[in-house]
Order: sequence, then C-alpha cells, then structure tokens
Amino acid sequence: MTSSRFIITVIGSDRVGIVARITTVMASFNVNIVDISQTIMQGIFTMIMLAEAPKENFDLTAFQEAMDKVGKKMGVEVKVQHEDAFRFMHRI
Amino acid sequence: MHINPYEIMETIRMVRMEHLDIRTVTLGISLRDCSHPNIETFNENIYDKITAHAKRLVSTTNEIQSFYGIPIINKRISVTPIAIVAESCKDPDLVSVAKTMDEAAKDTDVDFIGGYSALVHKGTTPGDLKLINSIPESLASTETVCSSVNVATTRAGINMDAIGLMGNIIKKTAELTADRDGIGCAKLVIFANAPEDNPFMAGAFHGIGEPECVINVGVSGPGVINAAIRELETPNLTEISETIKKTTFKITRMGEMIGKEVSRRLGIEFGILDLSLAPTPVIGDSVATILEAMGLERCGTHGTTAALALLNDAVKKGGAMASSSVGGLSGAFIPVSEDAGMIEAVEAGALTLEKLEAMTSICSVGLDMIAVPGDTPTSTLSAIIADEMAIGVINRKTTAVRIIPAPGKGVGDFVEFGGLLGRAPIMSVSNFSSEIFVKRGGRIPAPIQSLTN
Repeated sequence: MTSSRFIITVIGSDRVGIVARITTVMASFNVNIVDISQTIMQGIFTMIMLAEAPKENFDLTAFQEAMDKVGKKMGVEVKVQHEDAFRFMHRI
Repeated sequence: MHINPYEIMETIRMVRMEHLDIRTVTLGISLRDCSHPNIETFNENIYDKITAHAKRLVSTTNEIQSFYGIPIINKRISVTPIAIVAESCKDPDLVSVAKTMDEAAKDTDVDFIGGYSALVHKGTTPGDLKLINSIPESLASTETVCSSVNVATTRAGINMDAIGLMGNIIKKTAELTADRDGIGCAKLVIFANAPEDNPFMAGAFHGIGEPECVINVGVSGPGVINAAIRELETPNLTEISETIKKTTFKITRMGEMIGKEVSRRLGIEFGILDLSLAPTPVIGDSVATILEAMGLERCGTHGTTAALALLNDAVKKGGAMASSSVGGLSGAFIPVSEDAGMIEAVEAGALTLEKLEAMTSICSVGLDMIAVPGDTPTSTLSAIIADEMAIGVINRKTTAVRIIPAPGKGVGDFVEFGGLLGRAPIMSVSNFSSEIFVKRGGRIPAPIQSLTN
C-alpha cells in the first residue's frame, strides 16, 4: 500500500442533498476530500471523490459500511476503493 | 485529479457490469518434508503443514477484496503432487490422504485444494500407480480435492499405458459419483505438458521446481473483452486484436496488483499471474460470445479456430506487456459446461467435439468440461485423451482433458453440476472403435521437436 487515499464513487439518480449527506459521513470518520468531481455520465449521476483517510485509527470496513448505508438510504450506490485499484490499471 | 473520471468509471463498469474479477488466489505449498512411511503420521504432517500456512489466506484475501473493491472469487491451495510425497507410505490405500486434504481445505475455508496428482509422462512408479488407482474413491469421498495426472510431455512423449489406465479411472470416477451426474470427473484433469504453477482448478498442483510456498493469481474477464469488442463500430480484425490487447493489459495490471498485495500481507513469495479468460455460466461472461462478437453467427462454425487464435494471441501479448510474472496457462479457456455461449452453440448443433479439438490446438487448455454418453467405452475415452495429448506434445504446449462420461445419460440429455461448474449437454462421440490402438500400450516417442539441445 502506497497511500491512505481512496476513490469514492457515488452512482445513481440525482437528488437534493447527496453531497451533503455523503460528506457528513466522511467527516465523522475524519476523511478529507482531496478532489471532487460531479458529472452526468450516460444519463446517470456520477460523483467521484479522491479522499484521504487518517493514517491511524481508521476503520476501513466500518467506513465502507457507513457509506454504503447512507447511499442505500438515498438510492445511490457508494463505493470506497483504494486509489491503487485505478492507478495500477490505467497508469504505468 | 491524477486519474481521470472516465478511467475510474471504466474500472467500475468492468467490475459491476462486465464481471471482471480475480478468479483465484492460489497458495502453493510444498509437502516434500511431510513424507512418512506411516500413513497416519503422514496425514498429520500434511494437515498441520497446510493449515499452518493457509490459516490467514482467506481472511487476508477478503480484506484485500474490500480494500480495492475488486471481487476475489476463489481461494485455493495447491500442493506437491501427492504421488511423490506419499511414495514412501507403506499403506496400500491413499484415500485417507485425500480426505485429510479435504479436511484441511475445509478448516482453512478454501474452495478447492489441488495436487492429488501424479506425473507419469515417461513411466509410473509404484507410488504413482497407488495414487492413480485411488483417484475414483478419493474424488467420490471428498468435495474440495482436485486431481490431475500428467501423461505426456514434449520431452518424454506420450505414455499410452497411463492413458489406457486413465480411461478406466475416469469411467470408475463417474460411476462412483453417478448420483451427482459423475461430478467426480469434473475434478480430474489429464495433462500434457502440465504447468507447475497453474492456479486454476482442477489442474493446479505445486510443482517440484517451486519454492516452499508461493502465491499464484488467476485473473479472468471474458465479459470485459466481450464488451470492449462490441463497443467498436465495424472494426476490422486488426482493430479487434488491438482492443483485446489493450483491455487485457488493464485486466492483468489489476491482477498483478492484487497478487503482490496478497503476497506482501501474507509474507509469501509472489509466483505468477495467470491471465486466462475463464468463462462462468453467467450470461455475457463467455468466451464463445467473444468469438461471436467478432462476427461468427455461432461459436463452432467455420472461422471459429481463426477467431480463437486471434483472441488467445492478443490476450497473451497484452498480458506479457502488463506483468513480468505471467505464467501458468495464460490464454483462453473453452470449458463447455462453464460457458453459456458454448452450451448454446452445442445445443444449436454448431459446436462438436471434433471442432473443440481443433480449437484446443491454438488456445491455452484442452477438451474441458465435456460431457459424453455414459456408455462411452473406456478405450474411446483413452483415445480422446491420446488425441489431445498429441496436440500438446507436438505443439509444445499444455493440453488437458476433463471429460465426464455421464452415467445413464445419452446425447440430448444434460448434466447439472451447479455453481462455477455449470451444466453441460451430452456430446456425441465416434461410434467406431479405438480399442485395439489403445490396448497396444507402450509409449509414443518424444517428437523431433524435443531434440533442441
């Protein structure tokens, strides 16, 4: 593992308050947003965040579960994946 | 952002929609230090060694799966061919060894354990024979144990005595598991030029040139390749090859990353990455469908061998560029029962055993998961194996046969195994006899291709 940075993707239909509720959960886990972009891809609301998790005392599983839960409440799919999953595939 | 959103979405789509996965993380364990004349001590030794080395395999791979968000479908173990380590056992019956392996696999929560194997390409030792004769009962009385027998190499030629014997062993294995459509045969592979580091089942074993412990990873992704080809607008075959290569590159990078991380966290050497397009019964996750995406009405029609050659070669080229550790089988698998497109092609009358045999001459494995009538003579089974071994030996490549003579069933019937093993239509075999040829025995000498020194 090279960093504690994660890519968070939120996919689903757009509605008021998605960013607010997702970032509230992130804040409660002390996860910082490094970069954020939001777009409509093939008609689907897509938000992508590069986020930095605290180096110590960070429970990834609990964070993933909390993000999944808040996503489900809003009818969107939220995934938290280490950035290397994307970096390795697309960068040499 | 260092990685652009389009690339991120491409990866997410590959996993969510196109079934990209790490098919297996396979832990190879040497059992060479477990030998003992007393079979009870021997069994204790192998149980202790397997469970000690594999105890963190499943939990670690599960952690990595959620860390990267990439599914890791199977966790497996491969061990030194049991015929070698059990050679010194005095006991004439080795079934308890298979049961011990099964117990160790279940206690470490892995899906399969491979290596109930013998390497007899040039001849058999008493230990090899003891193991081979125990295969039917061993596979019938265990769930996770997989068995393989290497009966030919380009260097040694083809051991026709062993092939004659294996026809009987396959038949007996099917009979002992008749209540489950002969599922025992789905866990038994006959090889030519078997790779020592293949992570895929049923043929995985921990080769004698391998280190004490090693992590080998198998990546798959027929669905991803299929989608990538179908996205192209009226491509020519050069463009298709280029797309396969690029897509394979990406898939392989993912596998390499996972393999190295599993290896780092477990403190076990990373061996190889096997990039094989291994289909699953899920619609779209099919090698046959890729061939059809290239423009064939049905897999099995004229042009199929050429299309598969293009696919297999492009997969290897993309994989070789992406990782320095590519090994195992690395190519395209064409198991009939595990590939919804292949099943449809057989049902439509487009794909026959003879065409499949031709296809195996240019792809990575062989006649895989083929169901044939239960009353197929053992000599015909042996002759099918001999043909396949000849293709491997002459072409200096691995070939394999995993064939199920389905008890009580005939052409038109189906066998149902469920899960990744899928379901297979019974295919017809030639009604003309090969018996005298098979009974002649002996060894087909190593071909001229072997004289390279």
